[in-house]
Amino acid sequence: MTPAALVLEDGRVFRGEAFGAVGSTLGEVVFCTAMTGYQETLTDPSYHGQIVVATAPQIGNTGWNDEDDESRKIHVAGYVVRDPARIPSNWRSRRSLNDELTDQGIVGIAGVDTRTITRHIREQGAMRAGIFAGDAVTDVDTMVQAVRDSPKMKGADLSGAVSTDETYVVPANGERRFKVAALDLGIKFNTPRMMAQRGIETHVMPVGSTLDDLLAVEPDGVFLANGPGDPETQAHAIALTQQVLERRIPLFGICFGNQILGRALGMGTYKMTYGHRGINVPVIEAATGRVAITSQNHGFALEGEVGQKLDTPYGAAEVSHYCPNDGTVEGLRCVDVPAFSVQYHPEAAAGPHDAAPLFDQFVTLMDEA
Amino acid sequence: MPKRTDIQHVLVIGSGPIVIGQACEFDYSGTQACRVLREEGLRVSLVNSNPATIMTDPEFADATYIEPITPEFVEQVIAKERPDAILATLGGQTALNTAVALHERGVLEKYDVELIGADIDAIQRGEDRQKFKDIVAQIGGETPRSRVCHSMDEVRETVAELGLPVVIRPSFTMGGLGSGMAHTPDELERMASFGLAESPVTEVLIEESVLGWKEYELELMRDRHDNVVVVCSIENIDPMGVHTGDSVTVAPAMTLTDREYQHMRDVGIDVLRAVGVDTGGCNIQFAIHPDNGRMVVIEMNPRVSRSSALASKATGFPIAKIAAKLAIGYTLDEITNDITGETPASFEPTLDYVVVKVPRFAFEKFPGADKTLTTTMKSVGEAMSLGRNFTEALGKALRSMETKAAGFWTTPDPDGATLESTLEQLKTGHDGRLYTVERALRLGATVEQVHDASGIDPWFVDQILSLVELRSEILDAAVLDEPLLRRAKRAGLSDRQVAALRPELAGEDGVRALRHRLGIRPVFKTVDTCAAEFAAKTPYHYSAYESDPAAETEVAPQREKPKVLILGSGPNRIGQGIEFDYSCVHAAMALRADEYETVMVNCNPETVSTDYDTSDRLYFEPLTFEDVLEVVHSEQESGTVAGVIVQLGGQTPLGLAQRLADAGVPIVGTPPAAINLAEDRGAFGDVLTAAGLPAPRYGTATSYEGAKEIADEIGYPVLVRPSYVLGGRGMEIVYDDSTLADYIARATEVSPEHPVLVDRFLDDAIEIDVDALCDGDEIFIGGVMEHIEEAGIHSGDSSCALPPITLGRTDLENVRRSTEAIAKGVGVRGLLNVQYALKDDQLYVLEANPRASRTVPFVSKATAVPLAKAAARIMLGATIKELRDEGMLPPSGDGGELPSDAAVAVKEAVLPFHRFRTPEGQGVDSLLGPEMKSTGEVMGIDTSFGKAFAKSQTASYGSLPTSGRIFVSVANRDKRAMIFPVKRLADLGFEIVATQGTAEVLRRNGIPCSEVPKHFEAPTGSVRNAVSVILDGEVVMVINTPYGNSGPRVDGYEIRTAAVARDIPCVTTIQGAAAAVQGIEALIRGEISVRPLQALQAALKAQTGSTT
Repeated sequence: MTPAALVLEDGRVFRGEAFGAVGSTLGEVVFCTAMTGYQETLTDPSYHGQIVVATAPQIGNTGWNDEDDESRKIHVAGYVVRDPARIPSNWRSRRSLNDELTDQGIVGIAGVDTRTITRHIREQGAMRAGIFAGDAVTDVDTMVQAVRDSPKMKGADLSGAVSTDETYVVPANGERRFKVAALDLGIKFNTPRMMAQRGIETHVMPVGSTLDDLLAVEPDGVFLANGPGDPETQAHAIALTQQVLERRIPLFGICFGNQILGRALGMGTYKMTYGHRGINVPVIEAATGRVAITSQNHGFALEGEVGQKLDTPYGAAEVSHYCPNDGTVEGLRCVDVPAFSVQYHPEAAAGPHDAAPLFDQFVTLMDEA
Repeated sequence: MPKRTDIQHVLVIGSGPIVIGQACEFDYSGTQACRVLREEGLRVSLVNSNPATIMTDPEFADATYIEPITPEFVEQVIAKERPDAILATLGGQTALNTAVALHERGVLEKYDVELIGADIDAIQRGEDRQKFKDIVAQIGGETPRSRVCHSMDEVRETVAELGLPVVIRPSFTMGGLGSGMAHTPDELERMASFGLAESPVTEVLIEESVLGWKEYELELMRDRHDNVVVVCSIENIDPMGVHTGDSVTVAPAMTLTDREYQHMRDVGIDVLRAVGVDTGGCNIQFAIHPDNGRMVVIEMNPRVSRSSALASKATGFPIAKIAAKLAIGYTLDEITNDITGETPASFEPTLDYVVVKVPRFAFEKFPGADKTLTTTMKSVGEAMSLGRNFTEALGKALRSMETKAAGFWTTPDPDGATLESTLEQLKTGHDGRLYTVERALRLGATVEQVHDASGIDPWFVDQILSLVELRSEILDAAVLDEPLLRRAKRAGLSDRQVAALRPELAGEDGVRALRHRLGIRPVFKTVDTCAAEFAAKTPYHYSAYESDPAAETEVAPQREKPKVLILGSGPNRIGQGIEFDYSCVHAAMALRADEYETVMVNCNPETVSTDYDTSDRLYFEPLTFEDVLEVVHSEQESGTVAGVIVQLGGQTPLGLAQRLADAGVPIVGTPPAAINLAEDRGAFGDVLTAAGLPAPRYGTATSYEGAKEIADEIGYPVLVRPSYVLGGRGMEIVYDDSTLADYIARATEVSPEHPVLVDRFLDDAIEIDVDALCDGDEIFIGGVMEHIEEAGIHSGDSSCALPPITLGRTDLENVRRSTEAIAKGVGVRGLLNVQYALKDDQLYVLEANPRASRTVPFVSKATAVPLAKAAARIMLGATIKELRDEGMLPPSGDGGELPSDAAVAVKEAVLPFHRFRTPEGQGVDSLLGPEMKSTGEVMGIDTSFGKAFAKSQTASYGSLPTSGRIFVSVANRDKRAMIFPVKRLADLGFEIVATQGTAEVLRRNGIPCSEVPKHFEAPTGSVRNAVSVILDGEVVMVINTPYGNSGPRVDGYEIRTAAVARDIPCVTTIQGAAAAVQGIEALIRGEISVRPLQALQAALKAQTGSTT
């Protein structure tokens, strides 16, 4: 057994054993309450820079299934689990989670009391942390200092780190009905896949793309992807969004994209205490009262409350969705321009498919434009 | 959408007696429903024939009808109550079938009653197999290929297409009754014809085999706004082929990728919507092919089910409670999650622990029954446990079973077990299959070999392999140091298991001492529905071992109120069922009201006691000494423990009393030494002698020679049994030396610590059961019950009447005097149950149990006195006088002197014989004896014995006949007593058929009858024997008493089995026949009506001058 320690910036230390790669890693420690889909979680670019604590205790049971990656690599900074599987078991599994983490150099820790850690984060908020495994385990003061020297998530601009360097195209399944320019703030594989199922050809474009780059694609719609970091740092994406709104190009944003649209409309954002990370989060659509169980992964949110009407340079807008757990803004809808966004993940992966019809709404918006 | 305003009055239908496939989970769900509906200001009427339920306590409904759950009786209730709506989705298959019958008879329309929850169309779409398959196909899902058949010809045709093996599933039966897998043409013929007979609509589904596929269940909820949530996923460790009620199951699903799980969720939701369950819960089963992921939908229950109860306890999301709210119009987002107190119920619970359920079987009660697990449910109960990983939860569940084996390595391997024989054994489902998996791995099998043999997913097999490897480490370690012991505990091993591997530690106590010295104790985590995302308001805890010595325990300090721990009764099994849970729940209610902090400890997910609402705190824990001691420690750390109650949960907690007391735990109520006094025959004999009370002569023996010496001295027949048993386990009446020798040979554990008791058996005595309270000074007789069958039938299996119907005043006075002498002689503080036999005007004491008995709920309901509540108060120091003064007990008098015009209550046992078959497909014997075999009971209550008895029969197995042909064949000794009842039946217009000897006696007494040969007499020509006549359905009732005073009571087996197969009343005692005659007369006069318990109890209280 190789020793490992999870060290938090407030000085708490949880000792366990190494899992995955040995060494050290730093990041913001957050917890995810999903019981399935660890592979999708690990490869979700929105987790970039974060050390993820899995609240589900038995992790790795179905091994690594290559079709289930949500991006080209594991993005989490570190992984904290209680009981990793000794062997993987699934007819599609190619290798074990432990092997994959090791191959990709992801430092993890196992055997810790993940519930205590989760309760601590819930009460104290997400904070900086480090996992130190093997020889990296040193005296507590040194480790805590290393954590305190690491950058904070508030004010972090991480889009560049996860965005594609060059535009790539995901063709539509069957006949192409629409072209969508998707701004890659940390997009997951399943998003273009679900758009493709609806006849959309997706041009996934670097975060630094200009309006001209976008227009060059002659898009029927623009998509703002999910992604990591503080939305306040995204001046470029926000300005780009405003230009798209001015041109009345149908626009759909998810997660980080919801925050970008909100800021483009003049709303503020804030860092939540511990965020929403799980696949069981209820969202209510204000107009119908219907509940969707959604997949979520965000540590920042829009300021505002349900039913709030906004008077923006692009006409009226409203808060269209909210989370009944805590009242968080979960969606926006512009009344006068064809734009809407949600704070959650209609592409799921991992998570329930309740929100998939949002892609159909995007199609309708493009149809009507 | 707020509550509907057009519903003011709801009739809730319960599930009736506890039977295999339908246990107290429906008391839990029904109790929740009643509570919710009343909180919402609705009038609630309730029908349920089971007196041992909490839901039939008068305070849970406005009008409680303890009446048979048949369309006829429920119609009477509807006519009287005129409810706006009926809620039938929380009462199991019984309630659902009754609702369908009411619809078909036009009753719902006639009285303009709406079915809420699921309407008739939805019920039929969910339950009708073909309609259901069509729906699954419509939404793009798959089901196993199959065909619905209504005759054996159709069955044969279908199998010609699908090939064997096939699964046979009768429509509209519960717990999978009559279903199974046919591998051969012979099996097909037998099983399909049985299935056709069992199905009320003569319909079976013949289906492609998905044997060996992985099996899953989803619990879903839908509201009238079409919001749907999945409450829980459950994975069966036993693959397809074993009924889910008989499988070891795990929540959440352990071996699904998110893709597979979400596909299952999508299909589940689409099915739920297409079936059209408007509001409430449903359960859908799936199978997944392990090699290619192909998923098929197996079935759906459009109602709350056993799995819903499990899912509720596993997640903290109270499905039944929420289903009741949804049924009256609320939507999920309008209902608050009790556990967090802030977030809404419109979410999906997420778990940060693993839940394991293990079924409890009772094959030892049914010699000859086929023990192979199939798609017909055979288990009688279950235990659930929670742990922070799979092995921890599994270990806790295995040691919760109250069986000889309490986890791996606690019993020796079977003689001669080899790797090959063990792998062979794994091929079919059997009780204890995971023990077999462990043994195979220990004998050198690979994970793959075990998976191939059993179909169990390799991940689970590997988890068990991890325990096998840990075992080697523990065996090989030079010393059991802190890290290794901590790992062992974290993997779920009990102190007893560790002790078995390390003999030098001097047993479980030694391991515990070492563990405590090393500071290794469990922490207590919380079931909070949300994996700690939100703070939990409800203290629902389970223990876990963490690696971190400083791991956090979540039990909040509470120092204001003294705490009382109530130890529950563990998994249901024959002899220990819902009745004990009833008493535990009552204790919690009474002590909560008396300003104690009540703490429940139990591991049975079906019960009301494990509802987080019942007590102030709930520990979902095994009831072993180790686990209970840690709970006590946790509670002592967080406040002051005033006492632990062990006498309400049956034998399980009672068996812990002495050890707990020795460990310094304060036991309240009857002290452990007094409990011992009652159970130790010698000491108890001294108590009787001192009080001048006679008991049947007896002796204890540790060998055949000793037993024979005693038998010779006191004379045959004798009753033999092991000491310290509940439910008459291993008890037999023995008539001669050779049977005695045989018994001793079979009783493998005869030793000086476990002697065999040999009692004189009192033939033809009247058995009397008494429940009483004693505060150390005064006694209060709760009720005196007269058994209808003679002594020798286990009290749990006999029907009985209260007030006693034939006992004279002097007998009753004698009973009171004797009970008082015993209560004081033993030193009872709380409840006492005494069984007497009255023979030749002499009252003999058979046994005394200083604990809550099985009859406490029945007596409480019949006499309107909450005995268990009073007992709990007495245990904490209240006196009978104080309880009389405050109104919990009547101001004067007691249950021993009920007014002569008090209503008569009859308790009848419900027996599971028709669920068991021998491996050859024959029925098992339905004869009653001293060993208890019933799973549940019903109560019939009315103004006279005949009416009450008729109701009890209707409620337990269908109505007594009012016309037709009755078959009579009785033992010589019963022939004289038989004449009057049979003559009365003939006078009432029944046609009598009898065997030769019986017929001769009847004719001599002027009773016309025809004659049939006995079953072993070869039929001649066209003459059929008794068995064929019964099997052909030409008989409406059987009266058959066992032959001979001198032989074993096994004759007539074929006749009784035939009656069970035809589901007709089968009376096996002459006293039972006389009672049946009274019942039949009442039925023929048509004077049986319904009356709510509240009215009956008010009348009784008025008669006795009680104020409450």
